[in-house]
Amino acid sequence: MAKKLISVTVNGRVQDKAVEPRTLLVHFLREELNLTGAHIGCETSHCGACTVDIDGQSVKSCTHLAVQCDGSEVLTVEGLAQAGVLHAVQEGFYKEHGLQCGFCTPGMLMRAYRFLQHNPSPSEEEIRAGMSGNLCRCTGYQNIVKAVQYAAAKLQQTAKEAA
Amino acid sequence: MNAPETKERLAALQGMGDSRLRKEDARFIQGKGNYVDDIKMPEMLHMDIVRSPFAHARIKGIDKTEALKVPGVLAVLTADDLKPFKLHWMPTLAGDVAAVLADEKVHFQMQEVAVVIATDRYAAADGVEAVQVDYEELPVVIDPFEALKPDAPVLREDLAGKTEGAHGKRDHHNHIFTWDAGDKAAADAAFDNAAVTVQQHLYYPRVHPCPLETCGCVASFDPVRGELTTYLTSQAPHVVRTVVSLLSGIPESKIRIVSPDIGGGFGNKVGVYPGYVCAIAATIVLGKPVKWIEDRVENISSTAFARDYHMDGEIAATADGRITGLRVNVVADHGAFDACADPTKFPAGLFHICSGSYDIPAAYAQVKGVYTNKAPGGVAYRCSFRVTEAVYLIERLVDVLAQKMNMDKAEIRAKNFIKKEQFPYTSAFGFEYDSGDYQTALDKVLEAVDYKALRAEQAAKRADPSCPTLMGIGLVSFTEVVGAGPSKMCDILGVGMFDSCEIRVHPTGSAIARMGTISTGQAHATTYAQIIATEIGLPSEVIQVEEGDTSTAPYGLGTYGSRSTPVAGAAIAMASRKIHAKARKIAAHLLEVSENDLDWEIDRFNVKGDPSKHKTMKDICWAAYNNVPPGMEMGLEAVHYYDPPNFTYPFGIYLCVVDIDRGTGETQVRRFYALDDCGTRINPMVIEGQIHGGLTEGYAVAMGQQMPFDAQGNLQGNTLMDYFLPTSVETPHWETDHTVTPSPHHPIGAKGVAESPHVGSIPTFTSAVVDAFAHLGVTDMTMPHTSYRVWQQLVKSGVAL
Repeated sequence: MAKKLISVTVNGRVQDKAVEPRTLLVHFLREELNLTGAHIGCETSHCGACTVDIDGQSVKSCTHLAVQCDGSEVLTVEGLAQAGVLHAVQEGFYKEHGLQCGFCTPGMLMRAYRFLQHNPSPSEEEIRAGMSGNLCRCTGYQNIVKAVQYAAAKLQQTAKEAA
Repeated sequence: MNAPETKERLAALQGMGDSRLRKEDARFIQGKGNYVDDIKMPEMLHMDIVRSPFAHARIKGIDKTEALKVPGVLAVLTADDLKPFKLHWMPTLAGDVAAVLADEKVHFQMQEVAVVIATDRYAAADGVEAVQVDYEELPVVIDPFEALKPDAPVLREDLAGKTEGAHGKRDHHNHIFTWDAGDKAAADAAFDNAAVTVQQHLYYPRVHPCPLETCGCVASFDPVRGELTTYLTSQAPHVVRTVVSLLSGIPESKIRIVSPDIGGGFGNKVGVYPGYVCAIAATIVLGKPVKWIEDRVENISSTAFARDYHMDGEIAATADGRITGLRVNVVADHGAFDACADPTKFPAGLFHICSGSYDIPAAYAQVKGVYTNKAPGGVAYRCSFRVTEAVYLIERLVDVLAQKMNMDKAEIRAKNFIKKEQFPYTSAFGFEYDSGDYQTALDKVLEAVDYKALRAEQAAKRADPSCPTLMGIGLVSFTEVVGAGPSKMCDILGVGMFDSCEIRVHPTGSAIARMGTISTGQAHATTYAQIIATEIGLPSEVIQVEEGDTSTAPYGLGTYGSRSTPVAGAAIAMASRKIHAKARKIAAHLLEVSENDLDWEIDRFNVKGDPSKHKTMKDICWAAYNNVPPGMEMGLEAVHYYDPPNFTYPFGIYLCVVDIDRGTGETQVRRFYALDDCGTRINPMVIEGQIHGGLTEGYAVAMGQQMPFDAQGNLQGNTLMDYFLPTSVETPHWETDHTVTPSPHHPIGAKGVAESPHVGSIPTFTSAVVDAFAHLGVTDMTMPHTSYRVWQQLVKSGVAL
């Protein structure tokens, strides 16, 4: 199949690659770029394990083509920590026992990352609604809610200190 | 002794009882987990599977021609290609055989018919589309009762003339086994003499464990060395190695099975599936690594389901509600091949725990296994073998008895509990319950939720015809049997169900423990280290735990049936104690005193009466490599294979309050209170997490999960659009509580916890939903309690708005 050249910025690095037009973004990330954080759980955009951030939006990369990302900025779980310092959502999931098998975690983190930018001080109900596109089979979500609350508080604290 | 200093030293160990954060998390939160699909090998090929669209059909021909023309496709394998290697059928854990690739006919929809191997996964999928299979449809049997009729179609032609199965006589061509337990005559006598009897038919629907990661493997055969390495989503890698060796003829010493990070198991990853076998066959034939990763539809359709039990239960009781007898009759739909994952001698698992938490003098249960045109399986979905079915049965029956006698659910339970002083208690089915204190736990829950006030509120609502909701209160007092199991009773393929631990302590005071189990999210690397920390006095932070690699770990039977803590956890404690005993000898040598003159204290041996003279475990670690007593071997390590003397019996009291919308049938879980007693608690944070997860899976089963089939055997619901996995929106808020009744026979008193919340919560939800209709004479509603089904009951009972 004829390949198409795309240029995508992934975690701050420009990637110029030739891909088959039918290549799913999740396969491009996992197999072409060796970024295996995003996982495939359902192929139908229900489970959210493949969630990444594209141009400021949460996107399920299992139902998105790599060619659709030409010219876009993609952030994956591998790009969350900066200079060896965990992002607040990563810290929150660790401190609040927000993960067990870890398979849904990268998608959860990427969703929480974007959700908290849309809603920096959410209620529990808003967190549950905002995270409902991501399934977890292990935790029962209660500690995921706490993890997001932890991250929200930490991000607000950091913002306050910066201001 | 300086008390604050002691406290600090104890805290520094982060041993048993500490809610230490998880060691596993660092990699998972940074996208650095290593799941099977993350593994890449040089020149790795990809395999995909051609599956049957029909539930029962003869294969008249398979044409590979077009598939082999697809760019990137290297090979297409069918049953005929596997025949020379005798790999087209494989033995199951239940003593039956299962087709690896359909041999002449297919027995269920989505059965594996052929595999395509290609240079990448897209090409393999293209190849699958191009394989032409010519089918001749055969009559389909979906209902196990229909399957047992004399003129029912013969499903398993390969078993023609076989009147004896792995578990005794077969009396019909679709009959697998009939198994029973208990004393029929005694149970019948109890019923003959009973003042009160109740009976209830209960169907426990077919469901699927559906872990978020599907099944898969990367198989790699090195033809020069003759060695096979396979990375595989397995909850029991050693058992897989044994099976692969038996099937392939390759010695176990040349097979390495590795379970890397596993994205949830819940019983789905216990079995050996055709995909694994085909990938292994393909790597042996092609000499290159082969990856196979299931998609979600394949996972739900073809790899092990759970439940599908049609149960008839009866209880006999005295006029004042004391249960005197229990009779159970089950028809079990096992699908096309008997591939239940149970200990060999127990074709219905530990279903005979169905006398529950109650002192029932006479009991009898019979289970009949039947073939149908559905996928094989019958795994323990987050439970010990068939314990979920057993607990559902007895808890529902006790509710039905309470209803008939007009007694309160709590009162009838309390009246029939096995009393604290009766432990160890031998049930009518022969289980020896190790310990329990059900009444204390029940009282604690009833007080915490103010049960009397809830009942008063319910009575007021029932009295008000304009109330827009029906209120239901569910109550369950369950006992599980886990930690399989004593090798005198339990084996898999003849291997006793022990588990193992090897600990090596390093000179500078750190250690590595290698285990026969494999975590699928239970935090073994965190909690196992805590047991060792407490036992030998080294900080858990410097204790590494490794699992899942058969080339480095001692043989173990794996992680399922809540057996990791009861069995492997005991092996850890026993191995640690061997190290501790040697360390004591070294300490005595270093301090120049007798072993008897030493006291152990947290992390050191003190000379009796003079703790200023002591040797810490860290000192001893160093000495073990340069200054041991004369005649002693150097080094500090131990291996222990633990064969448990008995199962463990965790229990719990769960209470649930629901409000059902009379207009829509929607069920709102207002409150769910879960008290669990898992004996000694190793890491309360991890325990609570496990309970949240189990309750949520229980909620999924009770309120939405099912695998419906149409008359042609089409599975109507094999994507996550149709198969219910609750999101954070539906999932209720969980309240947890505990009591601690240690197991007397377990080295650290721990019983296992991860499955109790699944086992216990499912009947609690049903109990609550049915309770909402109890005043209208309803005694049973079949799961899942979806809004539509509940609304149908509202209409039927004349209370729909």
